[in-house]
Amino acid sequence: APLTHTVPPQVVPGADPSARQLCFAWGPAEVLVCETLFGRAGGSRSRCLSRSRYLSRFWGEGRAGAAARALTGSLAGTGDGVPSSSRVFVVRRDQDIYIQTLRKLFNESHGIFMGLQRSEEELAGKSRKAQLVQVSKNYRSVIRACMEDMHQAAISTRDPALQGQYSTQVSILSAMELIWNLCEILFVEAATAGALLLRLLDWVRLHVCDVDSMVREVLSSESPSKHKLFWNVVDVFVLQGRMDEARHLLSKEASANPTSMNMYKILDDLMKKMPMPSLGNTQTLTELELKWQHWHEECQRYLQDGTFASNPHMESICKILLGDEDAILEKKELMTTWYHFLVTRLLYSHPTVKPMELRFYAQSSMDLFLGGENSPEPLDMILMAAFEFEMHQVIKECSIVLSNWWFVAHLTDLLDHCKLLQSHNLYFGSNMREFLLLEYASGLFSHHSLWQLGVDYFDHCPEFGRVYLELHIERIPLSTEQKALKVLRICEQRQMHEQVRSICKIMAMKALRNNRLGSALSWSIRAKDAAFATLISDRFLKDYCERGCFSDLDLIDNLGPSMLLSDRLTFLGKYREFHRLYGEKRFPEAARLLLTLMTAHIAPCSFWMTLLTDALPLLEQKEVIFSAEQTYELMRCLEDLTAGNPDKQKFQDDDVETTKVEMLRLALARNLARVIVKEGTVEGS
Amino acid sequence: QDNRISLWSAGDLGNAGLNGEYHGEPHLLCDIQHNGDVMDMQFLDQERIVVASSTGTVTIFRHHQNNQTLSASHQWEKAHYHVDQDTSCGGAACTGVICNNPEIVTVGEDGRINLFRADQKDAVRIIENADSSTLHAVTFLRTSEILTVNSIGQLKIWDLRQQRNEPSQIFSLAGDRVPLHCVDRHPNQQHIVATGGQDGMLSIWDIRQGTMPVSLLNAHEAEMWEVHFHPSDPDHLFTCSEDGSLWHWDTSSNVSEKPSFLHQGGRSTAYLSHSTINQSVVSAWLSNDPTKDRMEITNLIPNQTLSVNSLDVLGPCLVYGTDAEAIYVNRQLFA
Repeated sequence: APLTHTVPPQVVPGADPSARQLCFAWGPAEVLVCETLFGRAGGSRSRCLSRSRYLSRFWGEGRAGAAARALTGSLAGTGDGVPSSSRVFVVRRDQDIYIQTLRKLFNESHGIFMGLQRSEEELAGKSRKAQLVQVSKNYRSVIRACMEDMHQAAISTRDPALQGQYSTQVSILSAMELIWNLCEILFVEAATAGALLLRLLDWVRLHVCDVDSMVREVLSSESPSKHKLFWNVVDVFVLQGRMDEARHLLSKEASANPTSMNMYKILDDLMKKMPMPSLGNTQTLTELELKWQHWHEECQRYLQDGTFASNPHMESICKILLGDEDAILEKKELMTTWYHFLVTRLLYSHPTVKPMELRFYAQSSMDLFLGGENSPEPLDMILMAAFEFEMHQVIKECSIVLSNWWFVAHLTDLLDHCKLLQSHNLYFGSNMREFLLLEYASGLFSHHSLWQLGVDYFDHCPEFGRVYLELHIERIPLSTEQKALKVLRICEQRQMHEQVRSICKIMAMKALRNNRLGSALSWSIRAKDAAFATLISDRFLKDYCERGCFSDLDLIDNLGPSMLLSDRLTFLGKYREFHRLYGEKRFPEAARLLLTLMTAHIAPCSFWMTLLTDALPLLEQKEVIFSAEQTYELMRCLEDLTAGNPDKQKFQDDDVETTKVEMLRLALARNLARVIVKEGTVEGS
Repeated sequence: QDNRISLWSAGDLGNAGLNGEYHGEPHLLCDIQHNGDVMDMQFLDQERIVVASSTGTVTIFRHHQNNQTLSASHQWEKAHYHVDQDTSCGGAACTGVICNNPEIVTVGEDGRINLFRADQKDAVRIIENADSSTLHAVTFLRTSEILTVNSIGQLKIWDLRQQRNEPSQIFSLAGDRVPLHCVDRHPNQQHIVATGGQDGMLSIWDIRQGTMPVSLLNAHEAEMWEVHFHPSDPDHLFTCSEDGSLWHWDTSSNVSEKPSFLHQGGRSTAYLSHSTINQSVVSAWLSNDPTKDRMEITNLIPNQTLSVNSLDVLGPCLVYGTDAEAIYVNRQLFA
């Protein structure tokens, strides 16, 4: 039976606290435990603490693997003479998300969850209830589909360990569907007397399948009535209220055994006439009860007359029809579970049972069935809690027994939408639905690809969802640009500007380190990060100064409006434009641009010397390019540059620099002379 | 991480029932483990598939039809890498691959363009530092010319016959240099190119003229991951996006309608521009007047949640994959 034990406290295998001290660091979804020498000879407290901090730092970047490597490295280098084969353990709490076959469950249920959150809240009454029941059925069909896949995997695998794991999963999923189905009947649909019994009958028929193989065997044999298990199958049908099928089988027996024709006809008639609740409004409960009472008395009379005395099988069937508890209990093996017993009892003694009356019958059924020899298992306690309409108890028990939050999170969310959970405030502030969704989604975030589902769950947690998302989203490892773009899009859609900036900065730094200046710029544009754009521009300018030419011209020539992101970037673009103009021999424009770069203070001061040196060839041209105004401006710039730093005497003493300044002064003076003459000359008459 | 390349059978097209519904769901034929994320893939020929990995490796897988298995038949490791190969993140993701049997061209986050031949061990040609930013996609323009798009909004044409490592032409978007993520060329009219951007904008370019797009169509609300012209019916275009939608752009209604001024004969022909007279049917994609020409745009996904990462279209079939780990096959695209 599944869910037979609560999850025992797990020991980290291999970590022995008696041999070594252990230190640990918390991560977003994992714990790193490592062995250390604190307290032993050579160890030190501070080293242990620093190791924890070291671990935490790597964690922030989601690089647990790197942390482990670095740590074992650091431990190995202690040089204490102690053999240091230290290990680092990664302790994960949610293993289930790594089971391949369960991924379908997570993905499909995410779709259903989103559909539910977005569904029309304005629909009231019956249509809303029908909608919620449909959602519940969708969840269940996903569980069943997953069970089917898991079952296929179990039979097709050759590895016995895997087979065992899959089989366990199948039984856990089956138990989940059982519980969910019951909750759907009792809570979501809130079936009332009459319909309640029908639903419970369906529920039992669907889930108690231990007898299915026996049924198949008998039905497919050549003469079913001769089969040794024939009467067992008839009993199964009767116990499950499958009257038509029971009658059909009995007719085979009757035709094979003409002597019991009389008995058969009576029994068949009784079974045919049995009043059952109907789903439509064709009869009221009172009518049903009346009819049932009559029928019950009729059965009683036939039994007491000894009509079935010669055939013990038929007699026991009649007793069952009368709701005789002992007779029903005799068929314990065919019912296999106490809740089957409960439903059969109800069918034959209280078909018009009301929801609130269920708890009494449930308790007594369980006691009678288990008989004091077996103690109830966790699954039994959960179902009992459901029959008692203790929703919180159901959720609590499921949380304890199941190893994963999926079930309780989705069920609670659905019940919350049915407006069934009072705002049961937990002491740390959020309500139960939110708590469970947060736990489930946090578990998803430790998975390399299912984290995307987690985002949507956080979105629908009004109190803490955003905070959790902000903390988790920064720790997703960004192995490719495409992944980074997806994360960024999520952050931008939720106005998480801090995270956008931080992620763009990480990507830009990575690009810069790999010498991908265009990529780096593209990331800083996305984040509108002026400081980083300045950094990149400085890098370009440095390259230019060192090599004398620009790298990545395709980028600089095509900056477009992004040039305005930072002053330095604007300067870079304009400076390149100057070079282009010069190359195209458009000297007056080039000259004007050069001057603007200095006078409008777009150029950084450190670059002025370079700019002035660039002006030299323009000054030396045969044709006069700079006007008088412009020449005065240039001279002023030069004076500003040289006069401004009195303490930079070393700079002045540098021969090359002094020569440059001298040459500039000379060129400027000459140009001034020429231009004054040119401008003073009256144009030809 | 457990990434796999899987081959599915989408069912026999001949099995269509009375209403033309297909019978049976796609079922898995075979699969094989793959190292790293699958960034792009394409059939090289009937049996071989070229796959681009996030580790920078390009692999050719062969499908053995007799026993329904896949095997790796050739691999170019570190086809894409960053300068410093010593650091742990030395590999750079290979972002796009395009095939024209036996030639294979790949591009990556390292800004490198590789030209491989299926039967040769080493690369035929490597264009180092082709781009200072990430190259997101590549496609063939002509047999020896390729188109690439990058993350600073540029569309570049490269002539592989020439030895210089410079593009022969550069086009860029006006305004903000929004990164371009996908590119496709019109199957019949090779001057028409479509690209999709990070802001979800669809741009149509005429590469014979100008350096800017002919039309910009505001489409998706997030990155457009792929754009495809229908190979046999190019009046239809398909785009998919991070916002979870897949759009079908249909300009086929324009082909039958001739612009009204062509009916009037004689007098008004003098006012027609020269280019319109030469081509009796102007491609709907290049037409400049969106009010006159009707384009039908349909979102093919009813309940969108997570991103649609990839799509492909052939004949009446459309297949697409989402981040919800689901593949959808639509076999009656034009029903």
